[in-house]
Amino acid sequence: MAKSKPRVKVPKTASKDEVITIKTLISHKMESGQRKDKDGNVIPRQIINKFTCDFNGKTVFSCDLEPAISANPYLEFSAKVPESGTFKFTWLDDDGSEYSTESKIAVE
Amino acid sequence: MTITRRQVFALGAGVAAVALTGLPRVTFAEEDKVQAAIDAFSGGATPETANVSLTAPEIAENGNTVPISFAVDSPMSDDDHITEVTLLAAGNPSPDVATFHFTPMSGAAEATTRMRLAKTQDVIALAKTSTGKVYMDRKTVKVTIGGCGG
Repeated sequence: MAKSKPRVKVPKTASKDEVITIKTLISHKMESGQRKDKDGNVIPRQIINKFTCDFNGKTVFSCDLEPAISANPYLEFSAKVPESGTFKFTWLDDDGSEYSTESKIAVE
Repeated sequence: MTITRRQVFALGAGVAAVALTGLPRVTFAEEDKVQAAIDAFSGGATPETANVSLTAPEIAENGNTVPISFAVDSPMSDDDHITEVTLLAAGNPSPDVATFHFTPMSGAAEATTRMRLAKTQDVIALAKTSTGKVYMDRKTVKVTIGGCGG
């Protein structure tokens, strides 16, 4: 499978203490472990099981995902912006790999 | 494949047998699983049906991607904020969908995601506050095509 590609949408600027909406999407098949292949063997589970959003090193929001989340998991959530800084987004795969991306925001 | 008259009768009898015996048992098992998940989340307290608003389509044509969002009414201050929200799907092979962890830095206890639904069923959102209260909301979603690849 192609490497999972994360995409996030964060406003470039915000006013102090504004609550912004962040949208994230990552390409991933989210194999549930419930499906069977043609020969009737169960396809092993492989999902992204955890998502974390940090702002300047402090966790703002995190989420434990289960197989009931659709392929290419989409997450939309809020965050408060007290100062200029960097949001770091991390996705953890069942196979141990980690996908991450960062996004800067400036307080005006 | 052609279906003979005999097979039609056999099929009908089979469906009737399932309807009579199979389904009610499955439903009870589901309710038990959901209740166990609710108890595990709330620590035995009965959740109050308030403050949480769960938004889900009434009819989901494709059970593979059902958009779902929730918002919890909370001041999100350091003393009083939502710490955890969990989504449960009563009729899925495993009721857990996702658990969201919030902090006062989240600003608002709301999120949107897309989930899989195996069949027509109830979706439940449970929220826990930092003061120990538990709130819930429940919505029924009709599913045209199930999304668990069975």
